[in-house]
Amino acid sequence: MSNAVPVQLSAKDFKSDQEVRWCPGCGDYAILAAMQTFLPELGIPRERTVFVSGIGCSSRFPYYLNTYGMHSIHGRAPAIATGLSVSRPDLTVWVVTGDGDALSIGGNHLIHALRRNVNIKILLFNNKIYGLTKGQYSPTSEIGKITKSTPTGSSDAPFNPISLALGAEASFVARTIDSDRKHLQSVLRQAAEHQGSAFVEIYQNCNIFNDGAFEVLKDPETRDAYLIRLEHGQPITFGKDGSHVVTHPAGSFGLAVSEAGAVDAGEVLTHDAHAEDPAYAFALSRLAGPDLRHTPVGVFRSVRRPSYDELVRNQLDAAKAKAGEPEADLAALLNSGDTWTIL
Amino acid sequence: MAEHREGAGQAGQLSEHGHPAKEIHQLDRVVIRFAGDSGDGMQLTGDRFTSETAQLGNDISTLPNFPAEIRAPAGTLPGVSSFQVAFADYDILTPGDAPNVLVAMNPAALKANIADLPKGGTIIVNTDEFTKRNLAKVGYDSNPLEDDSLAGWDVHKVGLTSMTVGALAEHPVSKKDAERAKNMFALGLLSWLYSRPHESTMHFLERKFAARPELVAANKAAFNAGWNFGETTEGFAVRYEVPPAQMAPGNYRNITGNTALALGLVAAGVKAKLPVLLGAYPITPASDILHELSKHKKLGVTTVQAEDEIAAIGVALGAAYGGALGITTTSGPGVALKGETISLAVALELPLVIVDVQRAGPSTGLPTKTEQADLNMALFGRHGEAPVAVVAAQSPVDCFHAAIEACRIALKYRTPVILLSDGYVANGSEPWLLPEISELPDLRVEYASGPNGEDGKFYPYLRDPETMARPWAVPGTPGLEHRIGGLEKADKTGDISYDPANHDFMVRTRAARIEAIDVPDIEVEDPSGEAKVLVLGWGSTYGPIGAASRALRQRGVNVAQAHLRHLSPLPKNLGEVLASYDKVVIPEMNLGQLAHVIRARFLIDVVGYNQVRGLPFTSTQLETMLEEVIKNV
Ligand SMILES: Cc1ncc(C[n+]2csc(CCOP(=O)(O)OP(=O)(O)O)c2C)c(N)n1
Ligand code: SF4
Ligand SMILES: [Mg+2]
Repeated sequence: MSNAVPVQLSAKDFKSDQEVRWCPGCGDYAILAAMQTFLPELGIPRERTVFVSGIGCSSRFPYYLNTYGMHSIHGRAPAIATGLSVSRPDLTVWVVTGDGDALSIGGNHLIHALRRNVNIKILLFNNKIYGLTKGQYSPTSEIGKITKSTPTGSSDAPFNPISLALGAEASFVARTIDSDRKHLQSVLRQAAEHQGSAFVEIYQNCNIFNDGAFEVLKDPETRDAYLIRLEHGQPITFGKDGSHVVTHPAGSFGLAVSEAGAVDAGEVLTHDAHAEDPAYAFALSRLAGPDLRHTPVGVFRSVRRPSYDELVRNQLDAAKAKAGEPEADLAALLNSGDTWTIL
Repeated sequence: MAEHREGAGQAGQLSEHGHPAKEIHQLDRVVIRFAGDSGDGMQLTGDRFTSETAQLGNDISTLPNFPAEIRAPAGTLPGVSSFQVAFADYDILTPGDAPNVLVAMNPAALKANIADLPKGGTIIVNTDEFTKRNLAKVGYDSNPLEDDSLAGWDVHKVGLTSMTVGALAEHPVSKKDAERAKNMFALGLLSWLYSRPHESTMHFLERKFAARPELVAANKAAFNAGWNFGETTEGFAVRYEVPPAQMAPGNYRNITGNTALALGLVAAGVKAKLPVLLGAYPITPASDILHELSKHKKLGVTTVQAEDEIAAIGVALGAAYGGALGITTTSGPGVALKGETISLAVALELPLVIVDVQRAGPSTGLPTKTEQADLNMALFGRHGEAPVAVVAAQSPVDCFHAAIEACRIALKYRTPVILLSDGYVANGSEPWLLPEISELPDLRVEYASGPNGEDGKFYPYLRDPETMARPWAVPGTPGLEHRIGGLEKADKTGDISYDPANHDFMVRTRAARIEAIDVPDIEVEDPSGEAKVLVLGWGSTYGPIGAASRALRQRGVNVAQAHLRHLSPLPKNLGEVLASYDKVVIPEMNLGQLAHVIRARFLIDVVGYNQVRGLPFTSTQLETMLEEVIKNV
């Protein structure tokens, strides 16, 4: 594989020749554009970058990037990416998935990839709906959601993807929004730099089947009151001119929101994405209600723990250090155990 | 037993222990079944006896039979575990239809196995376990050792437990450990009775109990006590010998099908010069392949125990995409889960090996028992037109070669290959003449390294004209960046295509690709050249069919035998072969799955012979059936 110094690439280099087929106005376009302009910055040659996706509108993503890519089957991308990543440490492997793909049919693979800390970057495009199958409710749809398959409202409670990832002890967990390119790219950057599994939930608008699902987080009228931007090492404040803060009330497991003037400056929580205990990030993930009020975005958690790939490779390298010529080792293996000779 | 004939007695000599040596009779073949409670160590005892026998140079075939429960209640019928070993001075094909000797460690073992022991056979029974309570547990109203229910057999009543405990009185081991050594006493007795060398068992005990020298000493003492008991007791008047078989010169080891299969996969990686990546989820009877492969990192094997079978094949496919030899191993229930990913691999045209060690179904079925009922699933069990290559292993040793063949096809033709084994060959064992590595096929294939189009562009679905395989362009190769997926692809470019004509073309091409795989012609064994009936088999029925055919020929009855290694594609000469016999008989451990394929494909009215009892056919049963068919042709 080439060791040549990579030439400076541009967004154009990462565009494939395929016509993009999402509905006009779909949030996926913004994410794709953000990715195409961000990838050159990493300095990783195109051939070392691989996108693996499942099935869904979101999972068409790899077709539009001029890297290696596999559009696989519904829900299984994390498993396929695990096999690729663990056997090819020289590659940067991204997984693109949807809320149905990752949390419904592929829920098992997602949590196990995160638990193992496989060195893959998982981008979950959450539009709170099944887009490709034309609008059924998804595991992130709010309870009571009226869709084609739930004409009288859904009866099941949704997952909070961030809480779920933290429950699996993911080492990197973040959330961002399709429409905020700067924020999106800053989160992608941190995910790309992370060693181990990076889980990024991207709020994505499906303007056909669930239009405006995240509007309160985007509308200049409401967004300041709804959105909490997390910055590592910074006090957690939000609202117009920092009108509100997040605190950890004594005696409570969870966090709370107060008006800035109502608490001492010392009580304002300073965001620590590196906190070892995932309970802190979990508490942050519980701040938002079903109406999206107090939705944190940014990096919830970023801790270093050995990746599955590293641990597997270490064992392999240790064994290989004792290896001789492969055919001779194979002959020795076949001839091991209780053998006998017939003359 | 037709094959069990006694040779001339030999003059007695003075034994090494100073007793007047007993008469020695020569036998050409013996079948022993060790049976006891799951906790009695019967598998180990059988393994040791097999190993001693192998050292002596007999041909061997073994058949373990164990319960699905890890520890069924002690002393009950469901808890009985057994190990049958056949050994002979000629080459044998099966572990024997019925034992000549039954070692029964308790009433349950006697009750569960006695029906298989022909009258006149030998029973060695542990009298200590024949208590009222144990008898009642298995429904014996009276003690069969005291009434005349065993009158037709040659019964040796031995207090295996008490004599072992007695022999170990001076040893610093607990009563429990002393009692547990009774299997070594039994092994010692049987080793004496059949004149087996015992060095390998001594070494084995030293290895096994390396951390507890007192157990090494106690188990060796128990073995010796059993041996000496045989020599001194009046109960055993004769000893037997089975002389070495005429076997090809070389190095041998005894091997189970699962181990052979695992080693075949390792060998394929070495011969392909590729890293091997196994994705697997534990399931009986396939788990031993995962266990074995997990030991061979030094030879470039990575094993991933995935969260389920779907992930396991996903991991393997991901690795194959990255340029590794991707493998997944499982049993029928797992293959059912993998179906969607196998279809994806068909669309992606990547190499992938799926091993199905079949067990009795449907559903959980009889998880520790054998069956051949996944053939339909292997051939047809996917959505869409999703043809794959299918290869089957016919014996424990053959699992090694079948694994290499499956990998060869997968790599050369860039296709998923299903390798069918089953519980019978997986757990059975036989001596293996170890191959020279240089004689194994060279499996090297090349990754794509540059554009393949005349216009200087790269076409991911432009095929090799000979193999119809598309280029294996692995990530990391500059200039060949491309996207693949499950959506239908345009010929050559691999771009998404919804064009009807293209889809029709691609479906036909994928079918033609599999049909074009170079599989060797099927060979027919028909020594007289006058047989009118051909018996066709696949997979693990090879042994019993072969033994039955031999037995018939020995009696002057002509029969032809042919066995399929490749079930997809079928050998090119198969139609011609089938047409040259008046009748074709297909014995299968299913309700006629191969027969169905052969009828549909060649329009001939084959005779099916089917059994699904979780057990292999006996050769006698096949012999009788075949003779009947031959008579009526
Ligand atoms: C095994 C299987 N079951 C069902 C489907 C149908 N299917 C395709 S995409 C999809 C849901 C996609 O929803 P999501 O993951 O949220 O992706 P989106 O389209 O919203 O981006 C379903 C149910 C399928 N392709 N495969
Ligand atoms: S259906 Fe929704 S998610 Fe899918 S492409 Fe259209 S707008 Fe996007
Ligand atoms: Mg969705």
